Amino acid sequence: MIRRALVAFGALVALGFLALPMIAIFARVSPAKLVAQLSNPVVTNALVVSLKTTVIAQVLILVFGTPAAYALARHFRGRGLLVTLVELPLVLPPAVAGIGLIAAFGRFGLLHTSIAFTQTAVVLAVAFVSSPLYVRAAIAAFETVDKNLVAASRTLGAGPVKTFFRIELPLARSGLAAGEALAFARGLGEFGATIMFAGSLPKVTQTLPLAVYSAFDVNFDVALAIGALLVVISAALLIILKWLASSSTSRFPFALSTSS
Amino acid sequence: MARLLLDFTLPLRAFDLELSLGVERTVALVGPSGAGKTSVLRVVAGLAQPSRGRVAFDGEDWTGRPPEQRRVGFVFQDYALFPHLSVRANVAYAGQVGDLLERLNIASLADARPGELSGGERQRVALARALARKPDVLLLDEPLAALDAHTKSQVRGELSELLRGIGLPTLLVTHDYEDAASLADEVGVLVDGRLRQLASPADLVAQPADAFVASFTGANLLHGIAHASQSLTEVQLEGGERVFSTDRGEGAVGVVVYPWEISVARAREDDSALNALRGEIGSVVEIGNRVRVRIGPVTAEVTSSSAARLELARGGVAYATFKATGTRLVPL
Repeated sequence: MIRRALVAFGALVALGFLALPMIAIFARVSPAKLVAQLSNPVVTNALVVSLKTTVIAQVLILVFGTPAAYALARHFRGRGLLVTLVELPLVLPPAVAGIGLIAAFGRFGLLHTSIAFTQTAVVLAVAFVSSPLYVRAAIAAFETVDKNLVAASRTLGAGPVKTFFRIELPLARSGLAAGEALAFARGLGEFGATIMFAGSLPKVTQTLPLAVYSAFDVNFDVALAIGALLVVISAALLIILKWLASSSTSRFPFALSTSS
Repeated sequence: MARLLLDFTLPLRAFDLELSLGVERTVALVGPSGAGKTSVLRVVAGLAQPSRGRVAFDGEDWTGRPPEQRRVGFVFQDYALFPHLSVRANVAYAGQVGDLLERLNIASLADARPGELSGGERQRVALARALARKPDVLLLDEPLAALDAHTKSQVRGELSELLRGIGLPTLLVTHDYEDAASLADEVGVLVDGRLRQLASPADLVAQPADAFVASFTGANLLHGIAHASQSLTEVQLEGGERVFSTDRGEGAVGVVVYPWEISVARAREDDSALNALRGEIGSVVEIGNRVRVRIGPVTAEVTSSSAARLELARGGVAYATFKATGTRLVPL
């Protein structure tokens, strides 16, 4: 009896703590206010920057991350080290990611580029912090493809390219999509590395999270409205992610609860 | 008919697989698991690269070619059907479907996914797919192992008929000697990467090259010490009994005697069978219209009616008798 009460109490505190900020946002922003703020140029500009940079970053992640994951799904000497390198940005503090990007691509950085404080810098920051989520999931997805099916495809006359597109990619698809949804969500919320490497210039590098931060000094209602918008987008992404995970035919690489 | 020629060495984890073999009709490689059987098929298909030697078909050197340039029809042990494609799409992946679905009696399953099929149906889809490749050589990995005992004998008959109808050089591997004997013209016994003997199923039984081949083909193997005695060889068995063989042998030998060469009696009879072993009946197992009886160290096969007439039951005592001419001696 006491044990059950303790469990119930702990669960209540945890769930309440996690839900309260979300509830608070929507308690202060009525749906009418939210819709009204959607025409505020601060919000629309940030939304455009966010969507544009996130989508470009995700395309880059898919184009370069997929072959990288495919290569890392094979076993070879030094593979563990490379996988750790790919995973490092996941555990890195965002500020370290930002300073690293400046050190590499900044005007006085290793590569001497003038990327910093442009929209390209936002794209790079988003790609840097979110690609590990996709690549990790993609490695696991490719690893679960039965090697016998690949061998069978080859003996049936298909070369490596046809085998990849007709067998391996379709069988890894749901795992890849789930990883991509996770990376998309992470990219949309990117803050620390972006503000250091790209700054927060409205219409250029000010994404939704950066707009929340700069609006909350000026107009708390605008900050709340953008916050509400991000909660809605993030929740939608999470639902898509869970749906992908539950419809997955292969073992899902992340331990997401899919109970409903 | 064109001929597949193998002569290669493939280093495996525990030993080197070394094989020299020509396949013209149907050859079955049998052996215990881990003998390197599947690796042979992988080398022929180009999925494994031998360290030495070559694979050639009809005078055309296949060595070093990738799998997609070898024209082999490989039926994997677990069939390796593509789970995201329908039966028809699986077959079409390899080439023209044509009348293959009808020939293999899977036309009604054309739109089903592999996950919905039974083991026998999957095998027919895998065969249809392999044939759609228009292969020069057919490779079958444990074609009957994934089936339950009930469907196995039926599928074995169908498969044997199909292989005869196709008329392609076929290399199959199995751990079951009976499957090998029923499907193949020639059977090779593979142990630890070496071919111990290659012969027709009948010759393998009649002239086993060594003790392993003998016991693998289902023979009784009795250990003993042989010494020549007049025109026969007398073998002192480990259990103390003596048996005679018309084969020549000296020193440590295995006496090979097949279950169907052994008669069973409840009392010592005076007949032409020189050898009689007295023993307790260990087991009585019915297999179709035959009964396998374990008497002491040997297994005999008798008809069901004989077993009933002799009232054979576990725990009783019986004599296993066999002629000296029904035995083979193999060196140990």
